[in-house]
Parts: sequence; structure tokens; C-alpha cells
Amino acid sequence: MSSGIRFDRVSVAYDGTTVLDSLDLTVEPGEVMALLGPSGSGKTTALRAVAGFVRPAAGRVFIGDRDVTDLPPYRRGIGMVVQQYALFPHMRVEDNVAFGLRARGAAKGEIRRRVTETLEMTGMAAYARRHPRELSGGQQQRVAIARALAIRPGVVLLDEPLSALDARLRSDMLAELARLHRELPDMSILYVTHDQVEALTLADRIAVMDRARLREVGTPQELYRAPRYEFTASFVGNANLLPVTVGSGTVSLAGNELTVDTARAASGASATLCVRPHLVGLGSGPNQITGVVSEVQWRGATHRLYVDVAGHRMLADLRELRTPPAPGDAVDLHFAPEDAVLLAAGVTDG
Amino acid sequence: MLVHSRKARWAVWTAFLVLFLPLFALPLLVVLASSFATNWSGALPSGFTTGHYAAATRGESLHALTTSLVTAVTASLLALLVGTWAALAGHALGRRARRMLDTLFVLPVAVPSVVVGLAVLVAFSQPPVLLNGTRWIVFLAHAVLVTAFAHQSVSAAIVRLDPAYEQAAASLGARPATVLWRVRLPLLLPSLTAAAGLCFALSMGELSATMMLYPPDWTPLPVQIYAATDRGSLFTGSALAVVLMTATVLVLTAVSRIRTRASYR
Repeated sequence: MSSGIRFDRVSVAYDGTTVLDSLDLTVEPGEVMALLGPSGSGKTTALRAVAGFVRPAAGRVFIGDRDVTDLPPYRRGIGMVVQQYALFPHMRVEDNVAFGLRARGAAKGEIRRRVTETLEMTGMAAYARRHPRELSGGQQQRVAIARALAIRPGVVLLDEPLSALDARLRSDMLAELARLHRELPDMSILYVTHDQVEALTLADRIAVMDRARLREVGTPQELYRAPRYEFTASFVGNANLLPVTVGSGTVSLAGNELTVDTARAASGASATLCVRPHLVGLGSGPNQITGVVSEVQWRGATHRLYVDVAGHRMLADLRELRTPPAPGDAVDLHFAPEDAVLLAAGVTDG
Repeated sequence: MLVHSRKARWAVWTAFLVLFLPLFALPLLVVLASSFATNWSGALPSGFTTGHYAAATRGESLHALTTSLVTAVTASLLALLVGTWAALAGHALGRRARRMLDTLFVLPVAVPSVVVGLAVLVAFSQPPVLLNGTRWIVFLAHAVLVTAFAHQSVSAAIVRLDPAYEQAAASLGARPATVLWRVRLPLLLPSLTAAAGLCFALSMGELSATMMLYPPDWTPLPVQIYAATDRGSLFTGSALAVVLMTATVLVLTAVSRIRTRASYR
């Protein structure tokens, strides 16, 4: 079954507070869409509106061509995985995985075949007879994923599925989720997370949310390399955001003339320049600016310099330096014109 | 309480024994002692006999024990059914309606049980529902008295139940009835059995309302104990009391074994 998700101006309010403000978003069949945002941004509410656990105050929710806005959760045909797993503690792993199939009245042989197949797919076949409490967190998460996939849903909702796992396990599970999606390519995935790495790694497209609104949608590359808004720039990856005045083909940052692509902004306007810290170089080069080091952090593979440039803090992530500068030293920083993006003021956080 | 030093631990134990023994254990031990006695005029009973027990476990007394057991089991099952149903329904209601329902169910506890007994007696002594003179009026009165506890403990458990379980079940395509039978009730089982045990124990010991309405062929054990002590047979009454206590504790132990096997976390 191949079916996408479509939000048609969906608004949700709790006790008069709008927690989701006319969301318009389409998840194509087979696409992985990450809903990325800080807590309280409305991303989980959007997911729960698809699942049927919150009723939109306005707007419609579609799964495939079907308007599911008024359908109860059990008639929506979705798979869902939540942060705290919610495995049924009184059932064995195999019964957890079989639950959805039994609820749909599948034939006995079919249930057995599907359960075996899904447990093998998630690498949990050896644990079929265990109870959830006998499994580690990562194993429980695999079972939760198997339980959602066993019914072969057209749409899978993942609500911060990796947040309860430690960093190492999280990156393993990310690879695992990507592999599962390659095995079931027709499945649309809506993936709610506050972790930009998860979103960048897994998603075909990312929808950035903030304060109940959708800010920006795009492929991970688009949002990372050419964000349109300050919020996106700072939430998807680290960013130096510097206030500049636009000239023709150049911008000026406190007297420094910098060459960047100014196609997005009108001459004479004030705007924000976004440069990724890892694209900033030390020493002389194009777009050179001078500043004073305020702090140096050694991070193993890199040094992070905090540099004060005309009253603005600028971060530079540099491959580990043999002789790092000390706080108080004056240093030259530079960046390539094509590595900077101009975010026009006035279209920032509205 | 965490007590680390050895001296403090001794102090705590001593305080516990000094407070606990006279208050809780001693009266029970006195009953136990007097149930074996033939005479008690000094500080301690004198004479030893098991004759009271022989009397307490046959004929009328044995009948009273089975009467009590049947009454308690029936009343607790009724209470559990009604209490759980009401708790589940109340959870789905709005806040105000839920509070009203809670108040309604606490009423029989707030009102003295003699009053409840009298009310049940008056209400069911006339047609169309004429229960007076049958065992059903005893079942009913006990059920009314203990449902409050079943309702309270089950609704407390429902509030604690993580909604993620039912939501996971619903998202997998389970209808509300399936969610109830396969997910919610199994997860509530530990508190259901706890509630059943509580109801059973309360019903086994119920006297004041029972006195108002028991029919001659349905005399529960507490009434028998009261009658024995009332006519001065203290030792026989004690033996009956020990039998009542033992039966109750045995059933409660059995019920708590179900509970430990059914607790998943």
C-alpha cells in the first residue's frame, strides 16, 4: 500500500492556545519527512493529528486520497512508534508484534508468517519468546518498530523514536531505520525529532517548525546550504549569523566589505549573513576579517574558536590546530564567497 | 526510612515493637489465647482445650463460615464489576461528571453502615423488588458497602495507566473493545486483584449492616461471633473469630499470589 500524508491548513488548539497553526504540508508516497523543531513547536501535535489522537480545530488530514480527519485512530491504518516504546508489558515479543495483525483479523498462518518475517527484518527473531522487560532499551525499540511494521502500513509515524537511546545506539538505529525504509520503499514516514542530525541523516525532506508554525520545507541539503530564515539556519546545523548591510555584490559588516551572492537582497537593505563555522578558515584568504579570540575549545578532531568581530561573536570550527591561538590574540578569519548565504531581513522570524 | 547506624536501627525497632505490639498484635493474640482456654480469671488464661474449635468447625458454625465466604466472594465480584465499570466510564467523562460519580460511590462509606443496612432493608422489603428474607439482600448490602473501595482503587490505577498503551493499540487497528480486553484490563489486573482482596476482607468482617437484614438461613460468621459473645460464650466466640481471621488471611494470600504473578513491571 502506497499512501502519502497531506495536511490541509490543519490547526489544533488546546484550551484556547493554538499549538498548531494552519499547517500545509504534503508527504509524498514513499518519502521520509522529518518534522524538526524545538519542544513546543507543534511537531508532535502534527503527528498526533495524523494518528487521530488530537482533533484539528480546523483543516483536514489526508492519508493517501482518504480524508481521515473524522476517522477514529483504529481505522486509519498507520504504524506508530513512540519515544517510550509503549510495548505491551504483559505480552511476549511475538504477541506484541502480532497484536495489529490479530486486531485486523488476519488468518493464523498469515500472522505467524508476518511476525517471523518482521522480527527477522528487525533482527529480533531470537527474542520472540521474551517479555519486553527482559530486553534492553535498544531491543525494545526494535520490537516497537517491528510491531508498527508488521501490519505493513502505508504510513509510519515515528515520534522521537531514538531520544531514549544513548548516542552510540542512536546512530546504529538511524542506519537501521534507513535500511528498513530501503526494504519497504513504498512506506511514507513522518519522523518527529528535535535532533538535527537525525533529520539530516534520515529525511528526504525536512519541515522546520517553530512556535506552532511551519517555517521552511526543503531537502536537507537545501536547508543546510541555503536556508532562507535565521531560525532554520541556527536550528539545522550551527551557524554564524552576522548583521550586514547589503551593497551591490558586496555586504558590509562593521566596515569590512565582504563579497557574497546578493541576489536575494535589495541593495541598501540590512540583512543577516549566515556562515557555517566549519567553513570559516584561519589566516588570510577571501573575505578576510580580523577579530579577537575570546575562547578556545579543543574538541578532539577540531578546535572551536570564539572570535569577537566588531562586537559580534563568530564561531570557527577548525581542524585540530598544532598551535592554537590563545584568548586575547588577534586572528584573521576568512570564508569563500560561495559558502555564505544572505538571509534577507524582513523575511526572518515573522 | 533509611537508618544507617546500628544503634539507631535498634531504637527504631524498639519503638516499632512498643507501638505495634500493644496496638495491633496483642488483641489478636488475646483472642487466639482465649480460643484455647477453658477458664480466664487471672492475668493469663488457664486450662487448654481444642473443644471450641471442634464446635466452631461443624454444624451451624461451619455453615456460618461458608455463608460468609459465599457472601464475601459474591459481594466482591459484584463490587469489582460495578466499581471497575464505573471507574472506566468515569475516566471517559468530563471532570465535573467524574467528580459527581466519585462522590456518589463514596457515599456508602461516608454514611454509617447501619444506615446503609437500614436503607437497603427498607428499600427492598416491598415489591416490586422484594429481597427481604433472602440471602440476596445480604449480598446487595455488602456490595453497596464495598463498591466504593473497588471503584476508588481501580480509578486511581486507571489515572496512572500510561495512555501510550491504548494509543499504540488503537494505532495498530484495535477497536475500543479489543483495547479494553487485551490491553487495559490486563494492565489493570494487579489493582483489580488488590481491590478484590480489599472488598473480600471488608465483607468478611461486616457486622453492623448485616445485623439489620440477615435472614435466619443466612447467618454470616461475624453475626455468629456476636451472638456467641452476647450470650457469654467468650471462648467459643474467640474460636469463631480465629476461624474467620484464618479464612480471610488464607483467601487474601491466595489473591495476592495472583497479583504478584500478574505484575509486569
